[in-house]
Amino acid sequence: MMFREALRQALREEMQRDRRVFLLGEDIGRFGGAYAVTKGLLEEFGPQRVIDTPMSEGTIVGAAVGAAMTGGRPVAEIMYVDFLAYAMDQLVNQAAKIHYMFGGQIHVPMVVRTQQGAGRGAGAQHSQSLEAWFVHIPGLKVIAPATPEDAKGLLKSAIRDGNPVVFLEHKGLYAMKGEVPDHEYLTPIGRASVARPGSDITLISYSRALHLALEAAESLGQAGVRAEVIDLRTLKPLDMDTIAASVERTRRAVVIHEASLTAGLGAEIASRLSETLFGRLAAPVRRVAAFDVPFPANSRLEKLIVPDAARIVRAAQETLRDIATESVS
Amino acid sequence: MNHEFAYQALRHMVRIRLFEERTLEALMQGKLASTMCHVSIGQEAVAAGVCMAMQPNDYITSTHRGHGHLIARGGDLGRMIAELMGKATGYCKGRGGSMHITDVALGHLGANGIVGGHIGIAVGAALWSKLSGKQAVTVCLFGDGAVTEGVFHEALNMAAVYHLPAVFVCENNQYAMSLPWAKATPPVSFKTRAEAYAMPGVDVDGQDPLAVYRAAVDAVARARAGSGPALIGAHTYRFLGHSRGDPSAYRDPEEEKQWRARDPILLFKVRAQSEGWLTSEDMATIEAEARQAMDEAIRFAEDSPPAPDATAFEDVYFQTTQP
Repeated sequence: MMFREALRQALREEMQRDRRVFLLGEDIGRFGGAYAVTKGLLEEFGPQRVIDTPMSEGTIVGAAVGAAMTGGRPVAEIMYVDFLAYAMDQLVNQAAKIHYMFGGQIHVPMVVRTQQGAGRGAGAQHSQSLEAWFVHIPGLKVIAPATPEDAKGLLKSAIRDGNPVVFLEHKGLYAMKGEVPDHEYLTPIGRASVARPGSDITLISYSRALHLALEAAESLGQAGVRAEVIDLRTLKPLDMDTIAASVERTRRAVVIHEASLTAGLGAEIASRLSETLFGRLAAPVRRVAAFDVPFPANSRLEKLIVPDAARIVRAAQETLRDIATESVS
Repeated sequence: MNHEFAYQALRHMVRIRLFEERTLEALMQGKLASTMCHVSIGQEAVAAGVCMAMQPNDYITSTHRGHGHLIARGGDLGRMIAELMGKATGYCKGRGGSMHITDVALGHLGANGIVGGHIGIAVGAALWSKLSGKQAVTVCLFGDGAVTEGVFHEALNMAAVYHLPAVFVCENNQYAMSLPWAKATPPVSFKTRAEAYAMPGVDVDGQDPLAVYRAAVDAVARARAGSGPALIGAHTYRFLGHSRGDPSAYRDPEEEKQWRARDPILLFKVRAQSEGWLTSEDMATIEAEARQAMDEAIRFAEDSPPAPDATAFEDVYFQTTQP
C-alpha cells in the first residue's frame, strides 16, 4: 500500500469510529488534497466532515483549537509546513499552552497534518523541514513517520491523543509502497523502532532521511560494517531509551536529517548522548543534515544541499575511524 | 424587565469595578503573584451588556483585559483573586494569572494574552457548535488592537462564509497600548467593516450597558437562529493606563476628563433613578453586597495555600487514556 493510502485509511477508520473527527484544510475536499491524501473522503463523509477552507492558515489552526476545546476532534491539513509560519501563534501560543495555562481545565485534542521536505525542486518556500520549531515547544507532540505502516498507525494514535499533535509527512514519501497490516492497529506515540539491527555504529534518523540511512547501512554492510538504524518515528517526546540503548552498545552514532544543521534535532540528540554516555562514546556524535542555506528551486542544486547516502557513509566511516583516538576501552 | 435588567447590569458593573480596584490595591501591596495585570475600569458596561445577552450554554472568548468578562459571566470572585495571588485555589491552579483567567465550566474558553489570538479559537468553537448541532453561540470579545491583526480578517471571513453562530464584539477602548485608534486604522465604522464580510455590523455606546445589551441580544439571537455572525463595535475608554507602569502620558488630559465624565456606572445610576428602574435602596444593596462579596473573596484567597511547586511541572500534556 502507498504511504498516502495508508494515511487515508487512518483518516477513514478514525472518522468511521468517532463522529467527532473531522477534517479541515485547503483543497482537501473535491480536489482531494494537494498530495491526494484525502481523495474520496468528501464523497464518503460529506462537506460537514471534510471542510474546504479559504486560504487562512492561522484560522484553520485556530478553528481546530476552538473546535477541539469544545468537543470536536479536528484534523487540520496545512498544505506545506512552510505555510505553518502563518499559524505559529495558534499552534505555539494557543494549542500548546491552553491545557497548562488554564490549569488543566481543558485540553486540546487536535492534529495538524502537514508535509515538508526537499526532493521536488520546490524552492526556498516549499521545501523546508521545520520539525525543530515544533519540537522546541512544550505542550506539542511531533510525529514524522517513514513507512506506510507507521504513517497509518501513528496518525490513528495522533487522532486519539488528547494533545495537539504536529504530524509531519514528507512530500517524497507519498508514493512509497510498504506493507500495512490488515487488522486494526495503533502505533504508539513516543517510541522509536530499530529499522535495521547492527552492532558497530548507530544511525539515527526519521522521515525520508531514514531511507537514506538504510541505504548507507546497506553499503556499509558490504564493507563489513554492521550499522544499526533507528527510526525515531516520534520526535517529541523523544524516545531516548531506545536511542541510548543502541548507542550504549555501538558506542558510535550519526544523526541524519533533512532539516538544516544548526539547532536541528541532531544537535539535541548529540547533546543528550554526550550527557548520558560521555565516557562510553568512542567518538563524537556526528550529524548529517541539510547545509545551512535555503533550498534552491533547481533540483540539481537542491541535491547539493540535502544529505544523501554517500554523505552518511562518509560520516559513518569518520566516526568509525575515531577508534584510533580512543584511549580507554 | 427594566428593573431586573437594571439591577443585574448595575450589579455586574459594580462588582467589576470593585474587583479591579481591589486587584490594583493588592498589586500595590505586593500581594499578586505576577506583575502582569490589566484592569478594565471604565469599560464595565461592555462586559455587562454582552454577557447578559448570553445563555448559559454559550461560549465566550476573552482578552488580556478580561476580568470583567469573567465576572459578568458569573465567575467566582474568590477563585479569581486567588488566581491573581498565585494560590492553589485559583481558577488556573495559580499558574494562569490575570491574562489567562478562565472558567471553562461557564463556557469561558479563556482570557488570552495574545492580542487577537483567540478570534480564530472563537471561530472553531462556533464551527464545532454548528457541525455538532449545538445551539450554542460563541461571543468573541477583543480590543481595538486586535482589529489590526491579520487574524481578525481571516476569522471574520471564515465565520461569514460558513454562517457560523458567532458574535464578534470589539471593545474599542480607543488605545492599543499607546497608539490611538485614529492612528491605527482609517476612520471606518464597525458597521462598514462588517459589510466587507456581508454580516450585520453596529456601533454602540460602550458606556451604556443597555445599548450594548440590545445590540448583543440581536446578534446572539440571529446567530442562534442560524443566520450567521455579526460584528459589534462598542466604543468605550480605558480610564487607567495599559498596565501598572503606564501613566498614559500620551493621552490628552482633556480627552480623559471628557471620558471620565461618561463613567458607565455613574451614568447608569442617574438614568436608572430618573427612569424609575432602581431605587436608591436598590443601589445601596448592590454596593453593599458587592463589597461584602469582595471582602469574602479576598479573605478566601488570602487564606488559601499557595500553588505548590509541583504545579509548575504539571498539565504540560493531557494524559490520554487510550480506548
